[in-house]
Amino acid sequence: MSPNKHVDNLVPSSRIGRVDALSRRELLQAVLGTSSLALTGCNRTALPQAGDYLAQDFALGHRLRDPSATVALPTDWQSVPVVIVGGGIAGLSAGWRLLRQGFRDFLVLDLEREVGGSSRSGNSGRFQFPWGAHYITTPMADNVELIELLQEMQIVERLEQDGSPIVAEQYLCREPEERLFQNGTWIEGLYPALESTEDDQRQLEEFQLSMHQWSQRRDADGKRAFTIPIARCSTAEEFLKLDQLSMAEWTRQQGWTSARLRWYIDYACRDDYGLTIDRTSAWAGIFYFAARLRSDRSESQNVITWPAGNGHIVQYLSQLLKAQLRTGQLVYRISPTKPGRAEAQSAQLQPADDHKTESPVYLTTLDGQTGVVRGIAASRVIFAGPQFVAQRVIDGMAERRALTSNFRYSSWLVANLHLSARPRASGFPICWDNILYDSKSLGYVVSTHQSGIDHGPTVITWYYPFANVEGKLSRDQLLRLEWSEWADLALTDLEQAHPDIRQLVKRIDIMRWGHAMIEPGPNFLWSDARRSAAQPLGAVHFANTDLSGIALMEEAFYHGVRAADEVLANGVRSH
Amino acid sequence: MLTRAPLSLLYLNVLVIATCGLVYELLAGTLASYVLGDSVTQFSFVIGVYLSAMGVGAWLSRYIHDHLARVFIEIELALALLGGISAPALFLAFPFVDWFAPLLLGMVFVIGVLVGLELPLLMRILQEHLEFSDLVSRVLTFDYIGALLASLLFPILFVPHLGLVRTSLAFGILNGVVGLWSTYLLRPLLSARGLDRLRLRGGIVLVLLSVALLKADQLTLLAEESVLGGSIIHSTQSPFQRIAITRKGKGFQLFLNGHLQFNSTDEYRYHEALVHPAMLGSKPPEKVLILGGGDGLAVRECLRYPSVQSITLVDLDPAMTGLSERFQPLKELNDAAFSDPRVRVVNDDAFVWIGADDTTYDVAIIDFPDPSNYSIGKLYTTRFYRLLRERLKPDALVTIQCTSPVVAPKSYWCILASMQSSGFHIRPFQATVPSFGIWGFALASPQPLGDVPPLDPSITGLRFLTDEAMRAMFELPGDIRQVATEVNRLDNQILVRYYDEEWHEPQ
Repeated sequence: MSPNKHVDNLVPSSRIGRVDALSRRELLQAVLGTSSLALTGCNRTALPQAGDYLAQDFALGHRLRDPSATVALPTDWQSVPVVIVGGGIAGLSAGWRLLRQGFRDFLVLDLEREVGGSSRSGNSGRFQFPWGAHYITTPMADNVELIELLQEMQIVERLEQDGSPIVAEQYLCREPEERLFQNGTWIEGLYPALESTEDDQRQLEEFQLSMHQWSQRRDADGKRAFTIPIARCSTAEEFLKLDQLSMAEWTRQQGWTSARLRWYIDYACRDDYGLTIDRTSAWAGIFYFAARLRSDRSESQNVITWPAGNGHIVQYLSQLLKAQLRTGQLVYRISPTKPGRAEAQSAQLQPADDHKTESPVYLTTLDGQTGVVRGIAASRVIFAGPQFVAQRVIDGMAERRALTSNFRYSSWLVANLHLSARPRASGFPICWDNILYDSKSLGYVVSTHQSGIDHGPTVITWYYPFANVEGKLSRDQLLRLEWSEWADLALTDLEQAHPDIRQLVKRIDIMRWGHAMIEPGPNFLWSDARRSAAQPLGAVHFANTDLSGIALMEEAFYHGVRAADEVLANGVRSH
Repeated sequence: MLTRAPLSLLYLNVLVIATCGLVYELLAGTLASYVLGDSVTQFSFVIGVYLSAMGVGAWLSRYIHDHLARVFIEIELALALLGGISAPALFLAFPFVDWFAPLLLGMVFVIGVLVGLELPLLMRILQEHLEFSDLVSRVLTFDYIGALLASLLFPILFVPHLGLVRTSLAFGILNGVVGLWSTYLLRPLLSARGLDRLRLRGGIVLVLLSVALLKADQLTLLAEESVLGGSIIHSTQSPFQRIAITRKGKGFQLFLNGHLQFNSTDEYRYHEALVHPAMLGSKPPEKVLILGGGDGLAVRECLRYPSVQSITLVDLDPAMTGLSERFQPLKELNDAAFSDPRVRVVNDDAFVWIGADDTTYDVAIIDFPDPSNYSIGKLYTTRFYRLLRERLKPDALVTIQCTSPVVAPKSYWCILASMQSSGFHIRPFQATVPSFGIWGFALASPQPLGDVPPLDPSITGLRFLTDEAMRAMFELPGDIRQVATEVNRLDNQILVRYYDEEWHEPQ
C-alpha cells in the first residue's frame, strides 16, 4: 500500500512521542473512546489503496516560527493602497465589502495554494465535498450585510416584509436532516431517544423551553442576549456572567442530570466548537441553541448548505476577487519601516488613536513556488489571520502578546471517504448529517444529499474534533499519526453502523487542521482581551473568527466587513 | 449376478426416474407459460419436444454396447445436474437472453434425450435376470406409476409449497441420489476401475445442487410470494429497488419494493386516465416527456397520437426499462413501445436529470411511484415542479398520478397544493382501477385550464375512456374533498410523512 501523501512535512520525527508503542486497541480506545470497537475483528490491512494526506501548508507557514530562516530583502517594491492578508472567509468577505463599496485597488494574499481556509472544499470530478465548515444558518433580518451577500449569490430569493430572508429551496438543507445511530439502529434526529425514561424526556423538554426563553431574552436597550454575530449580543451582566462557568456546570445548576441530555448538549459543543461540554463556556453553549431561534418561532432557523459545504461561498467570492487574489504567498513581515533601513530594528507599529494614520505599512512576501521575495508598501492592511500568526508577522505585537495569551485553538481531523455505493443500514434512512452515539467523532455528512443524488457512488465527510485530548496522546501526536492509522480509525468508527464500509470505500483523503478553530472556553468570550484584540494597530486592521471567540462563517464575515469598513472610513484612495 | 433384493430396489429406481423425468417436463412447461404467457402453446411445444427427444434417446440407446451399467449411472448424474438446475438457470437467464424460447426448448430436448436413454438401458441391464414379458410389464408399470405421482403432486404439492426453483433442485437431488445409489445396486456389473471417481462425481453433483437449494431463497423468496399474493415469475434486486413480477388469475402484476405498480388485467384504465387528458390540448402534441413509467404502458398510450414526434422517458432503473423492453408478457402489454424509434429512454434520477435538460415539451406525464420514501419524495417537491415548469412550453399540459384521494387525502391534496404553489393551474380528477381502488390524478398547466376536452375521434384502441367517461373523471364525488395541507418542499418533505401516516394506519 502506498497512499499518495502529498503533504507530509511536519516536524522531525524525533519530536514525535512514542505513538507506535500504542497497540491498535489502545489507539482506538484513546481516539474513539470505545473499547468494544477494538474487539471487532477488522484488520488494519483492509484499507483502500488510495488517499491523500493533507495539512495546511506547514512548510511555508513554518518559516514564520523559525527565527534562523533568513529571507532575502525585497528588491522589488510595489505600492498597493490596501492589502488583505489571508484568503479565508474573513479576508474574502473584506474583499467583497471593498468591491461592493466601489473600491477595487487592493490585493488578497493567501499562504495556501487554494483559498478558503477552513471553508475549503474538494472536488473528485464527479462530486464536490467539504474539507471543513459545511453550513450556515439562515440569517435573521438584522444581519443585513450577510443577507446582501446571499442575495447577490441568489441564495436568498427575496425578503419578507420584516426583512427576513426567503432562501431558495435548493439551498435549504433537504429533509431528512439528521439521524443518530443508537443501540444498533438509526433513529431520526439528534437526541438519543431510545430507552429514554420519562425523566429524560421531561428534562429534554425543560431544556428546550429554557433555550427558547433565552432566545427571547433582551436587555434594557432591547438587544438580544444571543444573536449572530455576537458583536450584536447584549453585554448586560446578567448574560455575560454565564461565561464564567462551563456548560456542564450550568447544566448541573439547572438540575438536569439526564445522561442523554448531557450527551445531546455535549454533541452540540463538540460539533460547533470542538470542545466537550465541560470545557465550553455556558454562554457559548446556550448561544449554540438560542442564537439560532427566532423569538417568534419554535423551530431553529433553517440550515443552508451546499455539496461543497461553505466551499460554495469561497468559490463565489474568489471568482469575484479573481483580479485581487494572489495565492501561495507567505507574508512574513509587516512593518512600519521599509526593511533594510537602519531604523527597522527599533520601529514598532503603534496602536492607532485616530484611524487617520498616514504613514504606510511595509509587507515582505515570499512566493512559495518561485522563492521570489517582494515588498509591498500599503496604506492599509487587513490582517485576516489568527492572532498567533499575527504575533509572528507584525512588528509591534509584543505588547499584545499578553492580550492574546489565552487564545486557544482546537484541532480537527476531516476525512473524505469516496464510496462506490451507499452503505447498508437498519432504521431511519440516510440523512445529510449522520451521527454515532457511541463515538467521540461527529459522524459524517453526505455530500450528495443536497444535490438529490440518492443512489450509487458518493463522498461522505467524517469529522473528528480533538475535543478532549488527554491521556496517552497529545494533540500534536494525534496530528502526526500515519495516514493508515487515521484511515483505520475512521473506518473502525463507521463500521459500528455500517459493517460493509470497508468493501465500499475506494479512497480516503484526510485533512489535518492544526489549531483551526478558536475555543470558547469559560472566561474567554467576554474578556477584555478578546475585544481589545480587534482594535487596529497603526494601519493594520484585524479580521478573524478568533476576534469573536466563536468560529462561525457568520463571525468571519462580520469581521471581514467590519475591517473593510474601518479601512474605507480612513478614506483610502486608489493610486 | 444381481440378487433378488436389488432387483426390487431397481423397480423403485424406475419409479423415481420416471417421476423426475416428468417433473422436469412439467417444470419447463410451467416456466414457459409463466414467463412467455400463452400456456397452451408453451405446454404443447414442451410436451412435443420432450416426447420426441425421448424417442431420439431411445433410438440412440442402440449405439451403446458396452459398460451399460456405468453409462446408465453417468446418464443419471447428468440428468440430475441438468434437470436440477433447469428452472433456476432458465429464470436467471431470462432477463439477459433474447433467444429464451430456443434455450428453453433446447434444454427440454437434452433432458428428453437423457430420459429416453434411461429405460432402454435399464431394461437391457435387467434382461439377463428376468423374462422379457415380466421385465416389460414391471418396468413400464413403475414408469407409469411414477408419471402419475409426478402429475398429481406437481400442481398440488410442489409448485404451491416449494415453488418452481426449489422443486427443480429437489428433484435433481433425488435423481442424483438414485444415480449414486445405483453404483451400489449395480456394483456387480461395474468394473472396479474408475468406480471411486464415478462416486466422487455423484457426490459433487449432490453437493452442488444442495448448495443451490440452500441459496434458492434469494432467488424465489417464498415469503415474498406469500406477501405479493401470486407466483413470482421474475424477480430482481436492482441497485435501486426490488422488482417482482407475479402471475395471479388471468393477469400478471408488477411490484416495486412490494408496492403494486399495475395489474395487466386493468392497467388500461389507469394508463388511459393518466395519459389522454394531457394529450388533448389545443395543439396536437409533438414532444412528450414521461417521468417514471418504466413499464412503457404510458408510452403505449402516447404512441396512439400520430402527431407525437418524440417521447423522452426518464426512469431511474435500467433493470426496469430493460425488463419492459425484453420481458415477453410486458413487451406484449406495452405493444413493444420501446422499439418505436420516437422513444428515447434515459436512465437517471429525474431530479438530477431535469436540472440538466434543455428541451421544452408540449406534454409531461408524471408516473412516479408513490412517495413512500425521501428519495422518491423529492420528486414531488416544489423545487422539482419549478424545474419541470422550466422544461414546459407555456401551453403545455401535465398529468400526474398522485396516490389514492380516498385512502390518503392529505397526500393527494398536498401534491396538488405543491404543484399549485409552483405556478401550475391544476384540476383534480379520479378514476377507478379495480386493483387499486379509486385512484387520484391531476391535470396541470402553466396556463389556466379550459373545459374538459372531447377525445380525438381518430385515436383508436381505447377501452376505458369515452367522452362521457372523461367528463365523469373530472366530477369529484362527495367523499373526495380538498383538505388543507402544507406544501411539500425539499426542506420539509412533509408528503413522505403524510403518506406514511395515511397508508400505514389501519384502514
